[in-house]
Amino acid sequence: MCLGVPGKVIEVNGLLATVDFWGVRKQIRLEVVDEPVQPGDYILNHVGYAIRRIPSSEIDATLALYEDLLALAQTEDDLMAADIRSEIKGARDDRA
Amino acid sequence: MIARDPAVAELKFRDPARARALSDTLGRVVDDIGRAPVSVMHVCGSHEQAIARFGLRATLPRTLNVIMGPGCPVCVTDVPEVDEGVALARQGVRIATYGDMVKVPGTVMSLADAHAQGGKIDVVYSVAQAVDLARQIGDPLVFFATGFETTAVATAAAVLQNPPANFFVLSAHKYIPPVMEIVAEMPDTRVEGFLAAGHAATITGWGVFEPFVARHRLPVVVAGFEPLDILAGLVKLAELIRDGRPSVENMFPRCVTKDGNLRAQEQLWRVFRPIGGRWRGIAHVPNGNLRLRDEWAHLDARRQFDIDLHQLCDHAPPALVQECICGDIMAGIKSPTDCALFGRQCVPPSPVGACMVSSEGTCKIWHLYGGHPDLGGYGAVCAR
Repeated sequence: MCLGVPGKVIEVNGLLATVDFWGVRKQIRLEVVDEPVQPGDYILNHVGYAIRRIPSSEIDATLALYEDLLALAQTEDDLMAADIRSEIKGARDDRA
Repeated sequence: MIARDPAVAELKFRDPARARALSDTLGRVVDDIGRAPVSVMHVCGSHEQAIARFGLRATLPRTLNVIMGPGCPVCVTDVPEVDEGVALARQGVRIATYGDMVKVPGTVMSLADAHAQGGKIDVVYSVAQAVDLARQIGDPLVFFATGFETTAVATAAAVLQNPPANFFVLSAHKYIPPVMEIVAEMPDTRVEGFLAAGHAATITGWGVFEPFVARHRLPVVVAGFEPLDILAGLVKLAELIRDGRPSVENMFPRCVTKDGNLRAQEQLWRVFRPIGGRWRGIAHVPNGNLRLRDEWAHLDARRQFDIDLHQLCDHAPPALVQECICGDIMAGIKSPTDCALFGRQCVPPSPVGACMVSSEGTCKIWHLYGGHPDLGGYGAVCAR
């Protein structure tokens, strides 16, 4: 619950955004994020809500941790990777 | 039997040279402090996961204790709060909550036990899913809302989105800054500084810690979740302790600003008011609990349902929970390995205490990653 997960915004439709998390597309709500969000931006998702737009200069550094964890921790037993996966799963499926 | 994940050993710091440099610096700074041991506390389950996951403790100076404080939102949800959810479920009300909550023991049983006895419990990943579910079913649905600032903001946003009339909130949300005051004031506390969690501070901003620092003369460093972020945060914290310079330092500027997310704060405080209340095993925490404001009474499960705790709890047999030392562990006074139940009666499939339930609980993290200090070769890249 403490760790948000970054994703790339594909499409914005009012207060809903379609966001790509390593190939998984989900719908993320935009009521909470404090800056305008548009396609191409990266956001930090927390339980289905974007809580921050990630500045473009910081995207690589932000993604690195998650890529390490997801690539190297294939087991379901890995708590941190499991939390990240459940955050990704947490968002609604993109049915748009 | 302690499980070890073979993948852990393969994981290296992305930048071993920088990790080694930070680790060496940390050793020097802690030596300079000139007292042993030096104890600092973090208040975030994800920090503990990263520390355990990457074997960071093996790279720390032996005289530096990094303690996990009350940073697991599931763990600090108090027994009577779980009881309220269980009582509602047994009264036939449908409950939706985050997955980690369902196994947390209450006085008599967990929500999972209530489910096994016919209670309607739905696991959701987001409050938005609970609202969708309420729309589909039409019957009353109570969202058992747990977690710190980051999830409380999502609950607040859902409340402000005109949820259907059959959607209710049972708020067990907690607010982190006040509990740091409690830990700082505990007579037995050894904590000389705090590592604050990056994503919660994304909401509150790092400025929220300034009054705490002024009152308690203890430094606070906001840190990210990368192993290198955490090491860099610890170096900064040790420097502030060494220099006797209590201040707030932001070591996670890519996510955290001084003011935080003002739009999120506005929604949070429009929906919730802080009140005092117990945190499981810790203490009464003034302003530590978030409850719905009167304006949202029509959504508040506590005001819309007659929650009968007496019928549930009056004949409860004494439970193993009595022997659980989760509270002392979360206060940083004891470690999981000090607990007689740890790894014996209390294991992830049948947890006694909340710290063994949640993926962010100290006991579950230590149990899975092999605990401390027996870290073997884990991640000890800079120590070699």
